[in-house]
Amino acid sequence: MDIELKKINDFVWEIPKSGPMKVPAVVYSSEKLLKVIKKDQTLEQLRNVACLKGIQNKAYAMPDAHQGYGFPIGGVAAFDMDEGIISPGGVGFDINCGVKMLTTQFYLEQIKPKIKQLINEIFNNVPVGVGRKSDLYLERKEFNEMLENGLKWALSKGYCTKDDMKRTEEEGCIEYADPSKISERAYSRGKSQLCTLGAGNHFIEIQKVDEIYDVDTAKKFGIEKENQICFTVHCGSRGFGHQIASDYIKKMESEYGFENLPDRQLINAPIKSKLGQDYLKAMSAAANFGFVNRQIIAHRIRKAFEKVFGIENPQEKIRMLYGICHNIAKIEEHIIDGKTKNLCVHRKGATRSFGPGRKEIPEVYRDTGQPVLIPGTMGTASYILVGTKKAEEMSFGSSAHGAGRVMSRNQAKREFRAEEIQSKLKQEKDIELKGASFKGIAEESPGAYKDIDEVIKVTKEAGLAKPVARVVPVAVIKG
Amino acid sequence: MKEYEFLEHTADIKFRAYGKSLENVFSNAALAFGSILIKPEKVESNEEKIIKVNGNDEKSLLYNFLEELLFLFDTEGFLLNNIENMKIESKDKVFFLKAKAKGDFTKNKKYELETEPKAVTYNEMEVKKEKSNYIIQVVIDI
Repeated sequence: MDIELKKINDFVWEIPKSGPMKVPAVVYSSEKLLKVIKKDQTLEQLRNVACLKGIQNKAYAMPDAHQGYGFPIGGVAAFDMDEGIISPGGVGFDINCGVKMLTTQFYLEQIKPKIKQLINEIFNNVPVGVGRKSDLYLERKEFNEMLENGLKWALSKGYCTKDDMKRTEEEGCIEYADPSKISERAYSRGKSQLCTLGAGNHFIEIQKVDEIYDVDTAKKFGIEKENQICFTVHCGSRGFGHQIASDYIKKMESEYGFENLPDRQLINAPIKSKLGQDYLKAMSAAANFGFVNRQIIAHRIRKAFEKVFGIENPQEKIRMLYGICHNIAKIEEHIIDGKTKNLCVHRKGATRSFGPGRKEIPEVYRDTGQPVLIPGTMGTASYILVGTKKAEEMSFGSSAHGAGRVMSRNQAKREFRAEEIQSKLKQEKDIELKGASFKGIAEESPGAYKDIDEVIKVTKEAGLAKPVARVVPVAVIKG
Repeated sequence: MKEYEFLEHTADIKFRAYGKSLENVFSNAALAFGSILIKPEKVESNEEKIIKVNGNDEKSLLYNFLEELLFLFDTEGFLLNNIENMKIESKDKVFFLKAKAKGDFTKNKKYELETEPKAVTYNEMEVKKEKSNYIIQVVIDI
C-alpha cells in the first residue's frame, strides 16, 4: 500500500491521519535520508503504530529510523494510562540497550604510547563476544536485589559512585522493577551475563574530542578541549532482556490474540490490565539489569586506566558524563491539550532528549538540558548533544539514537573484509580495533550504516537536540 | 533440494528452510538457526538434548522450537550438529514437537562462533506448503 507523505518543511514530513490511523504520524528526516527509508517497511510500520489504542498526539519516527519488529527502530509513541496500551515491540528485545559515556582528564598524547596496553587490559577484564560468559556470578537472591535496586545496588557493591548514579537516566533504577515478574528461563539466561558486552553492534570505544560546538555546555558536561579522551560503552540487557520480551509477547498473544492487529509484532496489553502492569514491572527489572551492566563495564574500564596509567584517584580523573536508554517504555508527564498527563512513552531505538527545567534531569544539568549521546559506528564520529524544550512538543522529548543501517549484514560481509577494515582504520584514521571475531567487524563496518553526520544535521535542524561536541574513535573493542 | 539458505536483510538475519514434510522443514530450520552460531558440520555430535515444545499454531511452534535452541546455547553453551527423530503432532488445536538435538557444548572444545542470535521474531515468518514442498521463513534478531 502506498503511504501518503506530506512535506511540512525540509526536515519534517507527515503521514496524514487516514483509515484505521487514530493519529497522524511524523517523520523527522531529510530528502537524502528519506530515499533510504522508503526502501524498507519503516513508513508502513510507523503508520501501523498510529493505529494503536490510546495513542496520543502523533506517532514519531526519528532521523535514523529503519525497519524493526512491529514498531520501526527510531519509533516513538506515547499512550494514555487509562485507555492506552503497552507493547514489547515498542521497547525492543534488547530492553534498555543504551549508552554510557565518561570523560577523562587525559589527552591523546598521554595515552597514545600505551594505547595497545589499555585495549588489552580492557579486553582481558570485560567479557566480549558471542557466548562469552561473565566472571561475576550472582545467586538468585542477590540477582533479585540487583534487579530491584539497579545502580543503588551497584553503589553498595563499589561498582558505582554517587556521582555516577546521579548522572544516569532514572539514576539507574526504575522503581517499577519487580523481580517476581521474571521467569526462570529469563533468570537462567541472565545469571551469567552481568558485565558482558555481547556482540553485534555493541562496543566499547575510546574516543578523543574532535570539535566543540557549544563551549559552555561542553564544559558543564566535562568536555574542555580538543583531543581530550573520553570513552563510551554501548550494550544492553543481554539474553535476560530478550527472554523477558519473548515471555511477555507469548503471554500477551495467549491472553489477547493478534488477529485484530495490523502486524502480529504489535502485540500489546492495556496498560492498566494485570498483564500490562506485569510487563511494565518485568521490563523495568530488565532495564535495571541494563543500567548495572553498563556501569560495571565502565567501572572496569576505569580500573584499566588506573592500572595502565598508574593514576591515584580514578573517580576524580574519570567522570561520568551521562548514561541513557534507547530501548524503553517509561511513565512520564507530558502536556496534552494544555493539560499535564502521565503517559506511557515508548522509545524504541530512540533517546530521551529533555530540555532545561525537567525534574527528571540530574540537578547538575537541570539548567542546561540533559546530555544526548548519539554514537556513530566504528571509524565514524559520535555526537554529544543537549536536549531541548522544543523536543517535548515535537516528539515527547525524544531524538535519534545512532546511525541507522542501510546495508544488510550479508551484503556488508561480502563488501567489506575485516582485515581490510582493520588496516584501513589504522592507516587512514589511526584507530586501533580489537574484535572478538572478524565477521563481527565486517558486518559492523561504517559503510553499512547511514551517514551519522546527516542524522545529526536533521536532529539539529528539526530542533530535537542541539550539538555540543563531536568525538572520534581512537580505539574500538567489539564482540 | 537445498536444506536452507540465507536472504538479504538490513539489520538482522533472514533465512528460508525447505523440506518434504513438516518434520523435515522444521529440522532444516533448526540447522539454519544453528549455523548462525557455527556451521553444523563443524560441531561434534557426542552430546544430545531432547527438545519438547508446543504451540497454538505452526508459527508459535516454530518460534518456541528455535527459541529453545537459543536458550540451550545461552544457558548451557549447546551447539547444534543435527536433529533426529523429529515428531510433530496436533491434538485439540495444540501442536506438539519432540526431537533429539545432537551436538556439543562450548565447554568441551574451542569453537569459533560467528554471530550471536538475540531473539527469534515473527517478522516475515512463514510456514507454508507449496505443491509438495514445505517452506519456512524466519527473521532472527542479532
